[in-house]
Amino acid sequence: MTQAAIRTDVPEQMITMTGVGKWYGAFQALHNVDITVNRGEKIVLCGPSGSGKSTLIRCINHLEAYQEGQIHVGGMLLGHQAKTIDAVRREVGMVFQQFNLFPHLTVLQNCMLAPVKALGLSKAEAEERARQLLERVKISEQAEKYPAQLSGGQQQRVAIARALCMRPQVMLFDEPTSALDPEMVKEVLDTMIALAEEGMTMICVTHEMGFARQVADRVIFMASGAIVEEAPPAEFFSNPQHERTRKFLGEILGRH
Amino acid sequence: MGRDEFLFLLIGLKWTVALSIVAFICGSIAGLAVALARTCGIAIIERVTAGYIAVFQGTPLLMQLFVVYYGLALIGIKMDAWAAVSVGLTLHASAYLGEIWRGSIEAVPRGQTEAAKALALRYVSRMKEVVLPQAIRISLPATIGFLVQLIKGTSLASIVGFTELTRAGNIISNQIFQPITVFGVVGILYFLMCCPLTIYGAHLERKFATEVR
Amino acid sequence: MNYTLDFTPVIDGLPDLLTACLGTFTLAICGMLLATVIGIGGVVLRQSPIKALRWLVIGFVEIIRNTPFLVQIFFIYFALPLAGIRLDPTPTAIIALGINGGAYAIEIIRGGVQSISKGQMEAGLALGLHKAQVFRLIILKPALRAIYPSLTSQFVLLTLSTSIASAISAYELTSVSQRIESDSFRSFEVYFTVTAFYLVISWVMMRIFAFFSARYFAYPVK
Repeated sequence: MTQAAIRTDVPEQMITMTGVGKWYGAFQALHNVDITVNRGEKIVLCGPSGSGKSTLIRCINHLEAYQEGQIHVGGMLLGHQAKTIDAVRREVGMVFQQFNLFPHLTVLQNCMLAPVKALGLSKAEAEERARQLLERVKISEQAEKYPAQLSGGQQQRVAIARALCMRPQVMLFDEPTSALDPEMVKEVLDTMIALAEEGMTMICVTHEMGFARQVADRVIFMASGAIVEEAPPAEFFSNPQHERTRKFLGEILGRH
Repeated sequence: MGRDEFLFLLIGLKWTVALSIVAFICGSIAGLAVALARTCGIAIIERVTAGYIAVFQGTPLLMQLFVVYYGLALIGIKMDAWAAVSVGLTLHASAYLGEIWRGSIEAVPRGQTEAAKALALRYVSRMKEVVLPQAIRISLPATIGFLVQLIKGTSLASIVGFTELTRAGNIISNQIFQPITVFGVVGILYFLMCCPLTIYGAHLERKFATEVR
Repeated sequence: MNYTLDFTPVIDGLPDLLTACLGTFTLAICGMLLATVIGIGGVVLRQSPIKALRWLVIGFVEIIRNTPFLVQIFFIYFALPLAGIRLDPTPTAIIALGINGGAYAIEIIRGGVQSISKGQMEAGLALGLHKAQVFRLIILKPALRAIYPSLTSQFVLLTLSTSIASAISAYELTSVSQRIESDSFRSFEVYFTVTAFYLVISWVMMRIFAFFSARYFAYPVK
């Protein structure tokens, strides 16, 4: 079976992780992680800092290598071949905590760079696509500005548009609102909710439990590099099974 | 190279050290004045000081030594090479240290000056008690870095004719025709003076950098 | 005491001095190019997995930074013939300038590479760009911008230190002015004028560097 054949298959299971383990030297960051994410599903990953949730989603686009188990993305086995890694990264968009916009490029150029260089789109096509998506995150009037001239919330919305310009199958969000001032959190969450409503497959590492309640199909709680509990939000919040989950929820909801 | 030749180098080394110390101390005093003038808030004084700094930073130290050496003779001040070179290096150091310390004074947060003003402190106590202690700390790595530059810069006194370490090396080299050995040893002596300072400066820089975080 | 300034020898020597400025520019520009090459090569070696190579670079940088350029230029001047390389003073001076500037360039470029946050690299990779594309399209410009101020002020210092090449009689402004001085004994007048020349040279260089900075690195940062 060729890769193209798998791709046209449009697998129901977008991401499967089976028995994934990861080490930093002697330290084991992920223990035997099993997750399946179906097309259109929205997953919220939460857990205390150092629980491995960021490491986990960074394995999905191979920003981190894993040493044990298997990860399939869109039917492709994510191994160590550069070709598959590139193919996976073209299908998987990522939004970072620190935005990571490119400071020397304008908002529009940030959005056009990868479609032109990694997908081979013409500049005109890429620009059209970029303007469309900037419109969608409600920031089209800032297209000619540089990242440093925008607020944190605006930068993060540009980062979302930049990832969407690749027309990804899946979006990964790594604590997208943690570096934002409180008044800017909402504009970013609203953008994410709109994206979820359009049917995007999403995995979000976040502590925004309101967002989880509203959007998530499942909430996954991690601690010490392993999955502790996995449940639909209604169940997860009303009836957590594990002591560590209860303690975590107590701390995080108590603050609000 | 024999014992006598080495001793001759050590005498040169002694003058290099003396020259460095004198230029650094006198240069620091003058440099403080330059830094304060450069940040005094009176536009004309600030511009003149900026010009003074720009001239010293925009011309070779060797030329500065020549101009001071012959310039002093010209206005009737008879000086031997030692004194003339000391004056030259002092002026040079005052400009560079003045610029380093200007940066440090400006790096002290505005709120410190405002708080001191609100507490009714006058300029002298504001600077002496509040701003300068913080500025000096900020400036330490760069100041030590400049001290290393200054020690190396004293070697140019040899071209003006003052017998410090480099000129002592020249003299010995011409006597025994072993330039590689002689300048190798001279280099090692400079290295032994400068390297500990460089390491200390880098250590302070790392220490301050981690404290800020 | 009643000395009258007499600039006649300076005015007579003006054509020679102006031509000598070209010598100074030659030394400076060739020195900068060599320093850049040594700087980039040194940084590459400094990141090498082989420990001995890394220490070689560290040792080189520290030796050069902690000894006077004058001693270095004498050493190279006498050492090159021993190594079987016979060069005129001017190329010798260029090598010395390149080696000296190169040691500083290594430290500056290394700092620039380190200043780029890991997040920039990751964001590029996550967008499906290759490592080489990430370096060329994303890392390079901000890294150049980060090192540009230190590197160019180091280049101005390098230009000023070309005057020290007069110690081995390389052809440049200071050695020519020394000749005019010893012919005329108008020491102050000659050196005062030449100092002004240097001021103009370094000012022009700074303007050129600032021009390129404004042209290529004029994007805002926080």
